[in-house]
Amino acid sequence: MGNTAQLKISSELADKIRAHGAQTYPHECCGALLGRDTEVADRRVYREIHGLHPLVNRRDDSPNNRFSVTSQDVLDAENAARQQGLEVVGWYHSHPDHPARPSQYDRDHAWPWYSYIIVSVANRIPEEMTSWRLADDRTEFESEEIGLQRVAS
Amino acid sequence: MSVKVIIPTPLRVYAGKADSTEVSAKTVGEALGQLTVKFGDLRKHLFTEDGKLRSFVNVYVNDEDIRYLSKENTPTKDGDTISIIPSIAGGFV
Repeated sequence: MGNTAQLKISSELADKIRAHGAQTYPHECCGALLGRDTEVADRRVYREIHGLHPLVNRRDDSPNNRFSVTSQDVLDAENAARQQGLEVVGWYHSHPDHPARPSQYDRDHAWPWYSYIIVSVANRIPEEMTSWRLADDRTEFESEEIGLQRVAS
Repeated sequence: MSVKVIIPTPLRVYAGKADSTEVSAKTVGEALGQLTVKFGDLRKHLFTEDGKLRSFVNVYVNDEDIRYLSKENTPTKDGDTISIIPSIAGGFV
């Protein structure tokens, strides 16, 4: 599934994710990706992100290397998406002073199908942004290509 | 006892794209068991290898979190709705 998927996001929304990561540094930021999937030929799916639903990191005990959101946060994000004719297609979070690579902890807590965007933030400066999907058998995250789209001004 | 189970978006691909299904069960545990009999590929995403419900899988009967009821032994009655709500977590290291 993952290797047939692409994620498209505007550079404006990508910048908002980076800014959120810088804002909460040295703590992890998190939020929902609101968008939709479009099936095209050969069962390929294009996933487009059309909005964000920033959330509060609930991990008060270890916010610099963990994030979590509650099931109510998830329901709120789903409602926000529904109101815009979208659905929650994934989640983003930051890795302060660490690479934008999913950890074992990320994989252990991941759901399939969702896109997981990770932005690395080094000394409050956002750096690399990557996206990942959990393999169907849960053994690994598969890298998902991010297609940045310029928004006409 | 017919119980409706709401399938969360990320798992619908393993359930024939259905957003809900009806199962026959007297407890939440039975309902989830029936669900994974119906859709075998759901099992590894809901349960650990030793058969325990994964910690980031939240289950509600109507609007009640089963952690505050009798967990998987929570009884269900005809017409109840079971919702599976994801918890989202992660982080480095």
